[in-house]
Amino acid sequence: MEQIIGALQGNMAIAIGIIIGLGALGACLGIALMASKFLESTARQPELAPMLQGKMFLLAGLIDAPFIIGLAVALLFAFANPQIGEVTKAAQTQSAQ
Amino acid sequence: MAVIGLTNALAGLMKAAAGASPSEYVQHHLTHNKVSVGDSGSFWHVHLDSLVMSIGLGVLTMLLFWLVARRATAGVPGKVQAFIEIVIEFIDNQVKDVFHGSRKVVAPLALTIFVWVLMMNAMDFIPLELMGSLVNLFGGDSHHFYWRLVPTADINITLAMSLTVFLLMIGFALSAKGVGGFGHELISAPFGDKVFLWPINLAMNAVEYASKVASLALRLFGNMYAGELVFMLIALLATAGGHFLLAEGLMVKAGGALAYLGAVLAGAGWAIFHVLIVLLQAFIFMILTTVYLSMSVEHH
Repeated sequence: MEQIIGALQGNMAIAIGIIIGLGALGACLGIALMASKFLESTARQPELAPMLQGKMFLLAGLIDAPFIIGLAVALLFAFANPQIGEVTKAAQTQSAQ
Repeated sequence: MAVIGLTNALAGLMKAAAGASPSEYVQHHLTHNKVSVGDSGSFWHVHLDSLVMSIGLGVLTMLLFWLVARRATAGVPGKVQAFIEIVIEFIDNQVKDVFHGSRKVVAPLALTIFVWVLMMNAMDFIPLELMGSLVNLFGGDSHHFYWRLVPTADINITLAMSLTVFLLMIGFALSAKGVGGFGHELISAPFGDKVFLWPINLAMNAVEYASKVASLALRLFGNMYAGELVFMLIALLATAGGHFLLAEGLMVKAGGALAYLGAVLAGAGWAIFHVLIVLLQAFIFMILTTVYLSMSVEHH
């Protein structure tokens, strides 16, 4: 039973790392691209800055959202894993037989 | 914000004395206050906490706006009236940029969505253990009392909102184009009006509408859920610090105090960052609703 739970937790840790790591990579690249364009365009036309700033924050929220959703799923797996109860139950019935 | 960090950390210290395991603690705070309707819950389960919080906040905000509107003066406005005027003008300008046409329905709708979602999101700043502490104060047992404060961290609420927006999209499209026009657009919109393209066009439109509804709901839900979970994890760090503070040994106590201090700082930092997320997600939900409505009104 410990082996099964250990295997589940080990795989889950790798999965959490991939979810957060790749999600953060994508979100960071997206934010970086957009922020650099924003700085460029405000340097060219400073009078447009307030208008562009509003749009930038909106897009920052949109770019960040999938990462945050992934983060929520990963944290759920890490701290309130829905599968560990099932696995424990299955392992207990198996060892009882 | 530092107060929030401190209260969250204090909650952790109290939990440490109670001796709950980390996953039990998180599970407890992720459980909704469910009420079953029908014979032993055969009809449906209602999340009482989400419903009470969301409806209560909606009524509260409407009451505030109504009171201020009733007493509004054309002369020098008071502080509250000035604030509400700023909010209304801000929303109206945003809607004006996106939605071309009569704003008689859309601007009040956008204002309602923005303020309501903002209020529901802002419930994240209420300390995690407040409800449990209140229950304990009045002689109840907080171990068997569940109350999640943030309604937008419940997927039922966000999905209900995005489904309502979906119905509005259909309604706006029907009233702008008529049944025939909207039906024609559904089967001919992206690729053109050929009989053999009708099924593909219809499928594309169905996917587009479904993804709009799902992304609108999941974006808000995911952000608020993650925010709530991070507050719980910070409280857990404080719990660990509390365990060490109660243990024997000077160095262990020092480490506990350090972890506790870290939890206070992390709580304050996350609360400050979360102000941005709370505002931004309410704004995004509002502006995307307006964009979707303007898309369904426009002709192809």
